[in-house]
Amino acid sequence: MTSVPVAEPPPPGSPGRRLSTFFFRHPRVRLGVLLALPLAWLVIVYFGSLFVLLLSSLWDTDPFTSDVVHDFTLDNFRRILETPVFRNVAWRTIQMAAMVTLADAVLAFPIAYYMARVASARTRDLLVIAVLMPLWANYLVKAYAWRTILSDGGVINWALDPLGLHFDGLSTVGLWLVFTYLWLPFMILPIYAGLERIPSSLLEASADLGGRSLTTFTRVILPLAFPAVVAGSIFTFSLTMGDYIAPGLITSEQFIGTVIYNIRGEALPTAAAYSLVPIVVVIAYLLVARKLRAFESL
Amino acid sequence: MKGRNVRVARWAVLGLLVGALSVVAAGCGGDDGGSGASTEIEGLGTSLEEISTLAREEGEVNVVQWAGYAQLVDEFTAATGCKVNTKDGASSDDMISLIETGAYDGVSASGNASVRLMATGEVAPVNTDFIPNFADVQEGIQGKDYNSLDGQPYGVPHGRGPNFLMFRTDEVPETTDSWSVIWDDAELAKYGGKISIYDDSIFIADAAVYLKATQPDLGIDNPYELDDTQFQAAIDLLKKQAAAGANYWPGDVAKQIGEYTNGDSVVGTTWPYQYVQLTAADPPVPVSAIKPKEGTTGWSDTWMPYSKAANPNCMYLWMDHMISPEAQAAVAEGFGEAPVNLKACDLTTNPDHCTEYHADDESWWEDIYYWTTPVADCGDDRGEVCKTQEDWEAAWTEIRG
Repeated sequence: MTSVPVAEPPPPGSPGRRLSTFFFRHPRVRLGVLLALPLAWLVIVYFGSLFVLLLSSLWDTDPFTSDVVHDFTLDNFRRILETPVFRNVAWRTIQMAAMVTLADAVLAFPIAYYMARVASARTRDLLVIAVLMPLWANYLVKAYAWRTILSDGGVINWALDPLGLHFDGLSTVGLWLVFTYLWLPFMILPIYAGLERIPSSLLEASADLGGRSLTTFTRVILPLAFPAVVAGSIFTFSLTMGDYIAPGLITSEQFIGTVIYNIRGEALPTAAAYSLVPIVVVIAYLLVARKLRAFESL
Repeated sequence: MKGRNVRVARWAVLGLLVGALSVVAAGCGGDDGGSGASTEIEGLGTSLEEISTLAREEGEVNVVQWAGYAQLVDEFTAATGCKVNTKDGASSDDMISLIETGAYDGVSASGNASVRLMATGEVAPVNTDFIPNFADVQEGIQGKDYNSLDGQPYGVPHGRGPNFLMFRTDEVPETTDSWSVIWDDAELAKYGGKISIYDDSIFIADAAVYLKATQPDLGIDNPYELDDTQFQAAIDLLKKQAAAGANYWPGDVAKQIGEYTNGDSVVGTTWPYQYVQLTAADPPVPVSAIKPKEGTTGWSDTWMPYSKAANPNCMYLWMDHMISPEAQAAVAEGFGEAPVNLKACDLTTNPDHCTEYHADDESWWEDIYYWTTPVADCGDDRGEVCKTQEDWEAAWTEIRG
């Protein structure tokens, strides 16, 4: 019988022993110490920086130097609520987020369904790798690649040219294509996981009860997979709401992210106030998603 | 037991939250005052020899520049021992933000940045005794309101240039000589989505330059001093241009270069650098860049040291290097601008470079309006009714829509 090396317990009375006894006798302190570092990161770094951001939305700027001045004012909120451009841009961003979510849901569902219920084990593994591979590529590389594809001398127009057609790719439509491409893996994977969880016995029961494929699909599969679709939509919606790099590269239209990026130097408090808009919208979206049981599907 | 742990955790979170927020709020005291018209930067040597020695110890200099400004960097590093790290600024506002981070030793500031930096004391005036090449700087460039304050020179002039009208000669008539090609209704309808515009509020001045020539009743004289009526007219013109589908390049010259190469943009405003890059490309892109008959905006840039630079000695050596004839010749041809040290004219590969870029021809610069920060004081008998930097920036967000 091999002897298993056992650590020698520290001798009684030593500092190490006293410390371990202390923690044994005070489990709450033990818990506190264990949680201290991650909580500190969450609270100080994450919430703290959010707090500073929101605090700066109440400050003013010097009209000449654009330096932030620590005078309390509600002007920034007044500006984003009253100036039409901020409302228009916010609405445009929400619409884009919705369109991207819809497109991704429609594209992802068949792929995820095939992966979850039709493909053989080997094909499924290959497909999972294929779906994940674009995530290995750098975001900027993908965005610039799409810029080239969509541009006047790019692949799309090269294909349409002989047909006498022209596609103005560097536009809102082009941006919609780019976002749909970028976030598709984030929609496919939750739906795939959700569809996989549906027990085959339910589908067999539905068939036994006389349901044909379409009925089974609409009345059994879809309702069960819907929370997973909502879970995936959280990614596509919130990622589109905040993105500023792709809109800057693909289109000249302003979105929430680009406006914040453009004015952050000279009107930082207004940018901070404006950043509350996507925060509020996404929180509302998450509350709805929670109601639809999406969190259980993540 | 579990209930107690949860409660402990909740109290811990609350405690940390309150603690963190109070630290943050306490740290939000007033700002420090700026100013200090002293050429003293902490760590700067007191003689040329000392500066050289200290620079070798510093070993590096971090500068914010316009893309393409730094030239003959390897020679500089070999001669002084200072490694050069450059950061391209997208706009003057961007450059000011970068300098304020405190991570850089200096900046090549255009007039609309330098005025603000001088006023707040972010940049220190220069002691020209420590910059031997300063003696060769053109008289006409010295003592301007964008590079000096109260008679003290702030920084070292770098070079000046116009914002050109650049167009692809295979899409736009070669005889084009006017800005109307990007402002006129008929032209907007023709070139709409292929117009390339600099994405910064300072471009409002370009609209004002056009209005100065085409709508003289508005009475625009200085395109940076616009009262309400003039400002509104410029904004309306810019909104029309935006609505026609103009493309905006955000100080990221690579984006504009790509647009012209692919034909996504065929006419617009540019810096000479993009023109040099496009014509030097392989194969060269057929473009022409001109100063239109209405005149144009331009810039006269100055290398300024950050008042709290970490490497002030290397920065001084860098400034001296950038106005040496060799570096001036390199940047004049590499970027496409007029040098300020006319000794460079004998060193350019193209012997006519200085003539082509009007380095010594002051009359050519008379209808070029250098970038400067708009302020409320109109500088004439209108008083303090002109639009400020803040107004310009707010208007630009609206124009972009």
